[in-house]
Amino acid sequence: MAKTAAKIVPPQPVSRVVTGTHFMLGDHACAEGAMAAGLDFFGGYPITPSTEVAEHLATRLPAVGGKYVQMEDELGSIAAIIGASVAGARSFTATSGPGFSLMMENIGLAAMMEIPIVIVDVMRASPSTGLPTMVGQADILQARWGSHGDYGVVAYCPSSPQECFELTIDAFNAADRYRVPVFILMDEVVGHMAERVVIPDADKIPHVSRKRPQTKPGVEPFLPYAPDKDLVPPMAHAGEGYKVHMTGLTHDERGYPHLTADTHNQLINRLIDKVRLNAPDIIDYEERHVDDAETVVIAYGCTARSARAAVDYARSDGLKCGLLRPKTIWPFPATRIERLINKGSVQRFIVPEVNLGQLRREIERITQLPVVGLNHAGGEMPTPKAILEVIKS
Amino acid sequence: MNTQTDSSFSVVHPIDHLMRADRLPHILCAGCGIGTVIHSYVHAINEFGVDEDRHVCVSGIGCSGRAAGYVNVDSYHTTHGRALPFALGIAVYNPELTVTVISGDGDLMAIGGNHFIHAARRNANLNVICINNFNYGMTGGQVGPTTPVGAKGTTAPQGSVEHPFNLPHLAKAAGASFVARWTVLHVRQFTDAVLRAMNKKGFCFIEVLAPCPTSFGRRNNLGEGLDEVEMYRQRCRIENGAQDLEPLDIDIVDHEQTITVGNFVDIERAAFLA
Ligand SMILES: Cc1ncc(C[n+]2csc(CCOP(=O)(O)OP(=O)(O)O)c2C)c(N)n1
Ligand code: SF4
Ligand SMILES: [Mg+2]
Repeated sequence: MAKTAAKIVPPQPVSRVVTGTHFMLGDHACAEGAMAAGLDFFGGYPITPSTEVAEHLATRLPAVGGKYVQMEDELGSIAAIIGASVAGARSFTATSGPGFSLMMENIGLAAMMEIPIVIVDVMRASPSTGLPTMVGQADILQARWGSHGDYGVVAYCPSSPQECFELTIDAFNAADRYRVPVFILMDEVVGHMAERVVIPDADKIPHVSRKRPQTKPGVEPFLPYAPDKDLVPPMAHAGEGYKVHMTGLTHDERGYPHLTADTHNQLINRLIDKVRLNAPDIIDYEERHVDDAETVVIAYGCTARSARAAVDYARSDGLKCGLLRPKTIWPFPATRIERLINKGSVQRFIVPEVNLGQLRREIERITQLPVVGLNHAGGEMPTPKAILEVIKS
Repeated sequence: MNTQTDSSFSVVHPIDHLMRADRLPHILCAGCGIGTVIHSYVHAINEFGVDEDRHVCVSGIGCSGRAAGYVNVDSYHTTHGRALPFALGIAVYNPELTVTVISGDGDLMAIGGNHFIHAARRNANLNVICINNFNYGMTGGQVGPTTPVGAKGTTAPQGSVEHPFNLPHLAKAAGASFVARWTVLHVRQFTDAVLRAMNKKGFCFIEVLAPCPTSFGRRNNLGEGLDEVEMYRQRCRIENGAQDLEPLDIDIVDHEQTITVGNFVDIERAAFLA
C-alpha cells in the first residue's frame, strides 16, 4: 500500500505580490522580493542569519504553486537550484558564510554553463563558524573570486529592508538577462532589522525575461552557446526538444567539450566580458552631497547607514563631505569613482567596512588619493560618531 | 553510420537518433563497460514509448560521467558528486520529465554519497544508474568506496584494507523504491531494469558492474574487458527478489565467490513532489 504521508495540502493560494505598506524584517523582505520576482524553486539549508528567508519561503512559495526543498547541505542546495534553472525555473537559495563557501565549486559551474541563479548570502562575522549571530561584511571578495578560475558575477548590497525587496527583484532580472550567478550580499544587521517596506502593485514589479531560442526545436539547428551581440546566448530549457548538452568542461558553441587553449581563452573572455561590457546597465549606486565633496565616504550595506548619518552631521558642521553608496558591489562602479576623481574636488576617500579592508583595496586600485579605512573584523558595525571622527581627522 | 546500399538493409540504426554521432570518436578505452551501459540506456528510451524530448540525462564527473555527453537527449555533465541534487532540481521543478542519472561509483557513492542516501530517503523521482567499476577510472585507478578488500589501486598498492559499500543493501536501507544489480554481460536484464525504473515513480537504483580494464582490471589480474565479462558469466547468480541484501558483498579477488545479481526491491512508496 502506498503511504500518502508525503502529500501535503498547501495553504490556500495567496498573492505572489503582497502589495501594501509593511513593517518587515530584511530577511523577509528579501523573500518577498523573490516571490514578487516570480520565484519558482527554492533549495536551501538552514543557517543563521539567513534562515528567516528560507522559513518565510517555506510558507509562501508552495502556497502559490512553487517548489520548496530543504536540501541535505549547501552542496546540494546550489546543485538543485542550477538543475531547476536549466529546466526553466527562476531559482534561489539563501545562506551565510559557511554555506556560501560550500557552494563555491558549483557557482563556477553556473558561470561556465551560463545558468541563471540567485543566492542571498546574509553575511555574519567570519571566517569559519565565526560569530554566527553577529554582523560581518567579509564575503565581498569571496563573492567575486570564490570559485576557481576567472568568471563574471553580479552582486547587490542592500542597506535596508526596502532595498532587500527591490534589489532581490533586480537580482533575478540580472541573472536571467545575463545568464550569470547573481548574489545579494546582505549583512546580519540589514537581514535582522525590521523597517517599513512598501510593496507596489504587481504590474509595477520590473520583469526581464530570459532570452530564448528563436528556432523551432528539432527542425532548425540550435547552437546553445552561440552568443548574440550582447555576448549572451539564448537559453533552451530541459524538456523543450532542443536536446542541448551542457558541461562544466570548456565547450564550443554546440555545448560540446572542446578541450583546447584557444576555445578556453575565447569562452572565458566572453564570460568576463558579458558582465564587463554590460556593466553600465547593471551598476547601481546612490550619491549624497558628492558634487563639491572633498571627502567622499564609500560604504555599503549596514555600514552605509552609519556613513549617511556621519556625512549629514559633517555637512551641518560645514565640512565638504559626501557619500557614494554602491548598490552593486560587482561589477564595481569604478568608472563612477574615476569621474568623481577627475572633477578635481575630491581629496580623499573613507571606506568603513565590517572587514579588514576588502572593498578599500578595490578603490586603492583606481586612485592615488588617500583611501582611509575604518575597519572592524566583525561582530559590530561602525557608529556614525566613529565615522564622523575619521571625517574630521 | 552504416553505408550499406543493399535496399534490404536499413541504413539507419534504430538508436542512431539517440546518440550524438557528431561527438565520435568517444574517449572510452577499448574493452570499457561504459559503452554497453549507454547502449542499454538509449534502448530503454527507445522502448519506453514516451517522447524522447521528455528524457533528461544527468552525469557527474568521471569516465562514467561522460555518459551524458553521448546521448542525444537534454543532457547535463555537472560537477563531481553533484549529479543527484542537480537532477533533483530538474525533476522537482518539472515532474513531467523522466530524469536519469548515470554516473560512477566514486561520483555517486564517495563524494556524492550524502546526496545518494538523501535522494533515496526522500524517494525523489529519479532513475539512478551507478556504473560500478570498483575504482576511480578516470583519474587512473585509485581505490574508492566500492573497491573490494584486497583489490589493488594506485593508492592502495598492497590491496585495499577498507570495507566497501554493498550498494543494493545501501540503496534499500536508504529507502529506494526499486533496486537492482546487473552487469554489462546482462544486457537484456539490465535494459529491462532501466525500463522498469522509467515506468516507476520514485527513487529507482540500478548498480551495473562494468569492466575498467585500463585502471582496474590490469592491476587485479582480471585481464582484458572481455575476460572480466567472462568472469561475470562464470560467477554471477541471478536471484530476483532476494530479500536479504546484506550478504551481497562482492569479492572480486576470490574467484570462487559468486556475485549475486537481479531485481531485488520493487515497492510502492510515495514519491517526492512527483
Ligand atoms: C571536486 C573534485 N574532486 C576530484 C576530482 C577528480 N576526479 C575526476 S573523476 C574522479 C573519479 C571518478 O570515479 P568514478 O565516479 O568511479 O568514475 P569512473 O571514472 O570510474 O567511471 C575524480 C576523483 C574532481 N573532478 N572534482
Ligand atoms: S579508464 Fe577505465 S572506466 Fe575509464 S574509459 Fe578506460 S576502461 Fe573505461
Ligand atoms: Mg568508477
